[in-house]
Amino acid sequence: MARILLNVPKQVRRGEAIEIKLLLSHPMETGQRRDETGTIVPRNIIREVTCTYGGAEVVRLDLFPAISANPFLHVAARAEASGDVVLTWTDDAGLTGMETAAVEVV
Amino acid sequence: MHHGPVGWKSVAPSTRQRGLARWWKALRLSTLLSLSAAAPHSGYDDASPAVRAMQDDDGANPAMLWVAAGRALWDQPAGPAAQSCRTCHGPPESLRGAASRHPATLEARINWSRTIHQGAPTLPEEGEAMLSLAALVGLQSRGLPVAAERDSAVAAGEALFTARMGQLNLSCADCHDGLAGGRLGGARIPQGRVNAYPEYRLEWQGMGGLLRRIRNCMTGVRAEPFPAASAEMASLRAYLGWRTNGLPVETPGVRP
Repeated sequence: MARILLNVPKQVRRGEAIEIKLLLSHPMETGQRRDETGTIVPRNIIREVTCTYGGAEVVRLDLFPAISANPFLHVAARAEASGDVVLTWTDDAGLTGMETAAVEVV
Repeated sequence: MHHGPVGWKSVAPSTRQRGLARWWKALRLSTLLSLSAAAPHSGYDDASPAVRAMQDDDGANPAMLWVAAGRALWDQPAGPAAQSCRTCHGPPESLRGAASRHPATLEARINWSRTIHQGAPTLPEEGEAMLSLAALVGLQSRGLPVAAERDSAVAAGEALFTARMGQLNLSCADCHDGLAGGRLGGARIPQGRVNAYPEYRLEWQGMGGLLRRIRNCMTGVRAEPFPAASAEMASLRAYLGWRTNGLPVETPGVRP
């Protein structure tokens, strides 16, 4: 299932700032909760999020517990040349996700 | 050492009850006077600006994750003839108006279509797959005014809506008509309009349908929730759909 929504403007003028909106589908289990049998549900949060634009890193985030499920992140970058915005994440369970969106500078 | 407040036992229970009843009546009367004229409005209007902003921006609305999953399911073949939703309906946009005519029974209709036309097993109503498909179908009617028909189920549902239930002995109408706009804990009591289901609730940290919402309300008044497949649940849902007539569809909504 599509589990990442990456929103960027498709076209932008050179030198303008673009908004990169990231919506990630993830339970963000804190590691504090117990299940019906009383055992602690192991922590499973997205640990690292990286966003690059045209190969250059825009942001690298280390996330911690107490972030809601399905987190929404919002970063800005300056558009100098057309290129791909690439988002990758890694969680505690070792799962990774990746999504790409193209930005065209006109 | 004595236990509890001294005055407690000195008041006869009947006097206490009469006092409580008077207080409750006064509360209801004052709320009725101030709110009965309130025009029908969506739960969106009762939500905080931050929650509203989340719903307004498709890039920030977490329910859009389910819509995206729904788009993938739309093309997924099911049943012996390996038909997908697209085989018959074409693009999801062809179902514009489905959610505005049937605001409270979308899931049942999707399952009906699956069994009759695809010959596929039904999807669990509260499963991620159904929520995703219902969100996708509901989204197509966004902005259209709800226009549900008034049938016999609606009348039966209206009777249930006004019937007192549970250990708290409250009816749906006591809060969602009588006290709508007031506060329950930190949240504003909505009018009970169903134009945004399935919706993303921050409290749930996930997506949920009307069934889940009604079950939550019923356990809230300490009543035994109607079973999901019962006639009562179907009637109550039908009434809630009809009650929403005129308000624009917001699916998939975001609520606190």
